Amino acid sequence: MTGISPAVVAASKLGLTFQTNDGPVQALSNVDLTIGKGEFVSFIGPSGCGKTTLLRVIADLEKPTSGTISVNGMTAEQAREKRAYGYVFQAAALFPWRTIERNVALPLEIMGLSRAEQAERIKRTLDLVNLSGFEKKYPWQLSGGMQQRASIARALAFDADLLLMDEPFGALDEIVRDHLNEQLLQLWARTNKTICFVTHSIPEAVYLSTRIVVMSPRPGRVSDIIESTLPKERPLDIRETPEFLAIAARVRDGLRAGHSYDD
Amino acid sequence: MNWLKPSWQALLAIVLCVIAIALGAMSKPEAAALADPTASISYPYLGTKGLMLGLAIVAALISMIRIPSLVEAIVLFVGAHLVAWLLISGIAGFEGTALAPYFLLLTAAWLLGWRCVAVLSGLRPMASTARNALRLIIPAIFGAWILIIWEAVTRGAGIPFILLPPPSAIGARIAGSLPVLGADVRQTIFKAVIFGYVVGSGAGFITAILADRVPFLRRGLLPIGNMVSALPIIGVAPIMVMWFGFDWQSKAAVVIIMTFFPMLVNTVAGLAASGHMERDLMRTYASGYWPTLIKLRLPAAAPFIFNALKINSTLALIGAIVAEFFGTPVVGMGFRISTEVGRMNIDMVWAEIAVAALAGSVFYGVVALVERAVTFWHPSVRGG
Amino acid sequence: MDSFRDKLVPVTSILAGVVVLWYVFAVILNAPFQRDLDSRANETPGAVEFIGKTLAQPKPTLPAPHQVAVNFFENTFLRPITSSRSLVYNAWVTLSSTLLGFAFGTALGIIIAVGIVHVATLDRSLMPWIIASQTIPILAVAPMIIVVLAAIGVTGLIPKAMISTYLSFFPVTVGMVKGLRSPEIMHLDLMHTYNASPSQTFWKLRVPASVPFLFTSMKVAVAASLVGAIVGELPTGAVAGIGAKLLAGAYYSQSIDIWSALVAGSIVAALLVMVVGVAGRIVDRAMGGRPA
Repeated sequence: MTGISPAVVAASKLGLTFQTNDGPVQALSNVDLTIGKGEFVSFIGPSGCGKTTLLRVIADLEKPTSGTISVNGMTAEQAREKRAYGYVFQAAALFPWRTIERNVALPLEIMGLSRAEQAERIKRTLDLVNLSGFEKKYPWQLSGGMQQRASIARALAFDADLLLMDEPFGALDEIVRDHLNEQLLQLWARTNKTICFVTHSIPEAVYLSTRIVVMSPRPGRVSDIIESTLPKERPLDIRETPEFLAIAARVRDGLRAGHSYDD
Repeated sequence: MNWLKPSWQALLAIVLCVIAIALGAMSKPEAAALADPTASISYPYLGTKGLMLGLAIVAALISMIRIPSLVEAIVLFVGAHLVAWLLISGIAGFEGTALAPYFLLLTAAWLLGWRCVAVLSGLRPMASTARNALRLIIPAIFGAWILIIWEAVTRGAGIPFILLPPPSAIGARIAGSLPVLGADVRQTIFKAVIFGYVVGSGAGFITAILADRVPFLRRGLLPIGNMVSALPIIGVAPIMVMWFGFDWQSKAAVVIIMTFFPMLVNTVAGLAASGHMERDLMRTYASGYWPTLIKLRLPAAAPFIFNALKINSTLALIGAIVAEFFGTPVVGMGFRISTEVGRMNIDMVWAEIAVAALAGSVFYGVVALVERAVTFWHPSVRGG
Repeated sequence: MDSFRDKLVPVTSILAGVVVLWYVFAVILNAPFQRDLDSRANETPGAVEFIGKTLAQPKPTLPAPHQVAVNFFENTFLRPITSSRSLVYNAWVTLSSTLLGFAFGTALGIIIAVGIVHVATLDRSLMPWIIASQTIPILAVAPMIIVVLAAIGVTGLIPKAMISTYLSFFPVTVGMVKGLRSPEIMHLDLMHTYNASPSQTFWKLRVPASVPFLFTSMKVAVAASLVGAIVGELPTGAVAGIGAKLLAGAYYSQSIDIWSALVAGSIVAALLVMVVGVAGRIVDRAMGGRPA
């Protein structure tokens, strides 16, 4: 399917078992997945299906207990040390003692960029997320949607080709969320980044993705992978087209299939 | 009766004034003069008695008319404090001769002051400057009344000077002994307290960073630190005096020991206070220990560190003063307190305590101001 | 109890390290005086003998742990508890005024807190002073209270207990005000929908919500109370109590006595805090709190 472009993320027989007080929990089991350059892949599934865990394994925030994972052809740890990806969390996680521009500068400071280059990149990424003019504000002076945009800017600032997003809009209301979805698509089209996006919203997954990975719990595994047939150009009202609804129905079926028992 | 809004404070004040009028003489000389009209006995409140009673009753009455709260507060404020001032200034020269009406009138004035504070507490001004001013004025009136009652009661009842000197005498003593007090402050605060505070807090901080690097150390030090903070550490004072001599070094040592553990415990707790998500974020940047410490964990720990600095500002002062009870050169606040107590110069003791209180508040206030500037981002500072 | 086992090894090894360091410092600090003694007696002891001597001086600069332990044991278990040299007797003297002051302080603190929470005037006028007064070195007043009360004939337990009361009511007041205000708006609104009277809201919502705060602040208060009692004993002319033992030790350079009095004070403090903690846990459990 993405045979021409080199794999950005390649997982094979990936498994991860947590040791908890109630015994071992299989968060991931036998996950095989290849993500090519420039793809927008969504991970969807009920809570406990391991979608966030998978993202964290890609980011080297968790170590797999079996199988292999490579990011940009390296191990996940090497990729992290090379700063191969930007990560966006469920909450904005901005530092309250730094202004918006200093927050965006944080990764740049750690990577040791020059002042001038920092300033240039801050300006560019804040433009990209439409936050120009808010450089000197503190995070707590901004709305939730603006905070999350700032955190996306922070993830974009150091120009990693891979963007890992863990339910970034989950805490926002639907109106803001629609708006940010649209902006995110434009951003993706403009920058040609590879995006891995965790969500529990079917419309969001279908609207954004070129590929939807449906996951199911106990043990966390991939139960279906759906290629999107939607065009790259997607206005918001594409969500009312029969094509969109058909893909959404397939996702819903996939979720139901992986969810055979009642709970 | 729509134009009336009675308050129990004002009503009670009027009742007390009426009783005072019925009882008659305000002081023993006045009673003597009344009993023997032919003798020329000078007595207090010759011309002001009626004025005081009238002021109190009129202020109480006006306050019960339906007028704007601010006007009511001003009337009460002026009435209560004018009466109090006349009362206190009138008793001069006749200390210890006050009779029941004196105290009744004092109580009436105090009730009016209370009513004034109650009215002010009920105000909800829109302007933030007015709100801030109220936040200062209300406790200021309360504090003033503690001093007024203290002054009026000690002088009216003639409480022995060694038991409780009136605030005015303490004030005079402070003004009269500035060089001595200054020397004591220099010895105790500028030498022992500051040095011990800086070294003790600094050592606690550095140990906390060390403990953070070595988890074994942290797991062991934290319970010990928590336990030690409940112990009467002040008891090491005699040992420190034996080791480091009578001068300020031994006091500084006590202060170091007292301030070390609060800083250690709070910093360790603060370093654990940064969120999981923020720490994961630093991990995705492959950020090392020191960059993470400086950019994330220390700023997140700042509120805890300042909490320790505030606790320590009080502990340091207590430690230095109490350590001086165990032996000092002939200067120092603790030394002055213990020797002047022995000589029954209680006003000097109070003067020293007032200076210590002032120094403590200023010390704390400076730390709190720095805290506001540094942790401006914290919800407790930026306000909700 | 996993966390307990996690801590046990580090805590004991750090304490063991402290004891070892203590011995090392005892030798170092006591050595000059011992050398002085030896040269006066024209003795040249071997290294082992010399170290042994530094750890067995009658008035060492730093007594060795075993000297303190022996002194503590003798003064605690071998003396009749009525003897004025018995640590049990002295600890009891201090403890009794601590407990009296603590009880008064807690009661006073709770009453003031209830007043502050329910009377807006008190909240706005008194609360700032309560907070400000915590920045003042209260203990400096201690000797004056003792001496002034002695001048009007009040001596013994009461003056010391007053200092303890003074020190212990601050934390209780502040903690209780926080606790009584801790119920969420939602819970207060719920009581409001029941048309509950203020006293019902107080007893059924505010008081239960404040209990954890009360016990946390009582732990601080009981420790402060003990410090108050000890400092209160300093100017009484060293009659009895742990503070008196400290002062007497300082006068006669009886360093071992000072250390064992310190140990006694620390044990009393630890026990008091523990008792309050256990009481808090029992009350918490009786109120259906989750076992932590």
